[in-house]
Amino acid sequence: MMDILEVNDLTKKFGDFVAVDHISFTLQEGEIFGFLGPNGAGKSTAIKMLTTILNPTSGEARVCGYDIVRERDAVRRNIGIVFQDPSSDRFLTGRENLRYHAVMYHMPRREIEKRIDEVLELLDLKGRENIPIKDCSAGIQRRFEVARGFMTRPRLLFLDEPTVGLDMQARVRLWSYINKLREEEAITILLTTHYIEEADYLCDRVGIIDHGKIVALDTPQNLKDVAGRETVRVEVANGRGTRFADALREMEWMRDIEHDGKEIRLGVEDGESRIPQILTVASRMGVPVTSVEVVRPSLEDAFLHFTGKTIREEEGNLQDLRKARRRRRR
Amino acid sequence: MARVKNSGTSRLIDPLPIYIMWLREMKRMFRVKARLVSNLLMPILFLAFLGIPLSLVSANGSEMFGLPPGVDFLDFLAPGIVGMTILFSSLMGGASVVWDKEFGFLKEVMVAPVSRFSILLGRQAGAMTISIGQALIILLLAALMGVNFQNSPIVLLSIVFMVLTGATFMGLGLILATKLGEMEGFMSILTLFQMPLFFMSVALFPLELMPGWFRYIICLNPFTYGVDGLRGTLIGVSNFPLLLDFVVIFAWAAVLAGLGTHFFSTMEAD
Repeated sequence: MMDILEVNDLTKKFGDFVAVDHISFTLQEGEIFGFLGPNGAGKSTAIKMLTTILNPTSGEARVCGYDIVRERDAVRRNIGIVFQDPSSDRFLTGRENLRYHAVMYHMPRREIEKRIDEVLELLDLKGRENIPIKDCSAGIQRRFEVARGFMTRPRLLFLDEPTVGLDMQARVRLWSYINKLREEEAITILLTTHYIEEADYLCDRVGIIDHGKIVALDTPQNLKDVAGRETVRVEVANGRGTRFADALREMEWMRDIEHDGKEIRLGVEDGESRIPQILTVASRMGVPVTSVEVVRPSLEDAFLHFTGKTIREEEGNLQDLRKARRRRRR
Repeated sequence: MARVKNSGTSRLIDPLPIYIMWLREMKRMFRVKARLVSNLLMPILFLAFLGIPLSLVSANGSEMFGLPPGVDFLDFLAPGIVGMTILFSSLMGGASVVWDKEFGFLKEVMVAPVSRFSILLGRQAGAMTISIGQALIILLLAALMGVNFQNSPIVLLSIVFMVLTGATFMGLGLILATKLGEMEGFMSILTLFQMPLFFMSVALFPLELMPGWFRYIICLNPFTYGVDGLRGTLIGVSNFPLLLDFVVIFAWAAVLAGLGTHFFSTMEAD
C-alpha cells in the first residue's frame, strides 16, 4: 500500500483567523477517509488546499507524490472533485457536462463516450443524461456531479459534503453509490461531512476536526471504543431492581453497574452474548424483566468525547440560516 | 490498472479545451432563447424608431444633422447601431465569467488541468462569435431597411473593427467582473458603464453636432473609434482617418484585453 496523500502541518490563515491549524495525516490507496466536523471547522478549507484551489499559508501536502503548490497541474490530473455547492452548467445536459469535463481533463476522444456510459450505468443515471441539469431533481443533480468527479478515473476523489441538501432517501442512495464506486473502481476517497451517520457508514477512517485541528483520527469503531463501552440496559418491575443488581454484580464479567431500582445499566463487553445469562439470573430470582436493550456508543458519543460538544451544538443556527439562504438563491 | 499521467504543466494554448469552452458558449446561447431575442431587440428598435423618422427629417437637409451632403441619417446611424450591438454583447460576454462564478461552474473549470489562458481564450472566442454574429444579423436587417452600404471591398474591413471593438469591451467586462464581480448588483454597475460609453460617442450623432466640451469626452471614449472605423468601412463616411481609428482601437483592445487576461489569470478560483 502506498500513501496516496501525505499532509504535513498544513495551515491556512485568513488574516488572524486560523481556519486550518497544522493538520497532518496520510491516506492509503483504496480507503475512504472522512473529515467529520461541524460547519466552519475547516474541512472545506482543507479540501480547497488539497485540490489546489487555495494556497496554504504554511505546511505542505503531496497528492500521488506531487506537491500541491509546485506541481499543481500534475495534482489536478490525478484528482476528481465534487464541490460542496453545485458546479455543473445548468443549461447543459448531464451528458454534455460529463463530456466537456472529460475534454478539459484531456481524456482521449474515443474513450469518452464509452466511459460516459460506464459512469451513467454505475450511478443509475441512464435515461436522464439528455435532460438539462436544471430540470433534474436535487438528488440526480448531485449524482451527476459525483459521476463527473470520477469520470476521468482519478486516483483520489474528493467529496466535499456530498449529501448536504439532500433528503434522507436520496442521501442513503448516494451512500450506496459511493460504496459501489469504491468496490468497482478501486478509488480512494476523501470526504468531508457534518453528518455523523455518513462518516460512520462510509468511512474506513474518520478524522474528527474541530476549530481547524484534527482532534482524533481512527476507524469509527476505535473512536467509539475510546468514547465508552457497551451498556446493557435492563428494565425490571418496580422495587425489585436492587436485589437483582446485587446478584448481577457477582458475575465475573461485570465491569460496572448502576441502578435506580427500576432501570439497571450494566457496563459489559460483548453485551448481546450476556443477555441469556442476565435473563437466567432474573428467572431464578423471580424478577420480572420488562425490557432488555444493548446500547452501543455511537460516533456521536465519540464526537462528544473528543470535542466536548455534540455536533449539533456546534452548528450555529446562523450558519444553517446562511446556507439555506445561499441555496435558495441558486 | 496502471495509469501513467505526465507531470508537465499545462500548455498555454490547449486546442481541445479551447474548442469545448467555445462550444459551450454556443450551446448556451441557443438554449437561452430569451437572451438571443432581447440582444437583437434593442438595436432593431433603435434603427427602426430612431433611424427611420430622423432619416425622413434629414431628407430635407442633411447638413442640419452635421452630415455630409447626400448622406441619409439612417445610413449614418446603421454602423453606430452595429457598434452598439457589439459594445453591449461583448461587455456582457466579458463579464459573463461572473455568472459562472455565481453558479459554481467557474470552479469546475479552474481546477481542470488547463491553463487559464486557454480557458479564457475559449470563452472569449465564444463571446466574440456571438457578438459578431449578432452584429452581422443587424447589418443584414439594416440592409433590408434600405441602408446604402459602400459598394466596395473596403466593407469587408469592417470585420476588423468589429473584432477590435469586441476585444476592447470584452476586456473591460472582464476587468470589471474580476474586480467588482462579487458586488451586489453587479449588473447595474455594468449598465453604469455601458450607457455612457454608448451615448458619449459618435454612435448616434456626428461629432459636428456636439457642443464643444462634449467633443473632448467623445474623443476620449474608445468606443468612438470603433464606431468611426465601422462607419468609414461600411458607408465611407468618418470623422477620423481609418488608420487613426484602427491604431486607437487596437491600442485600447491590447491594453484592456491584456489587463483583463492578467486579472483573470491571477484571480482566486474560489
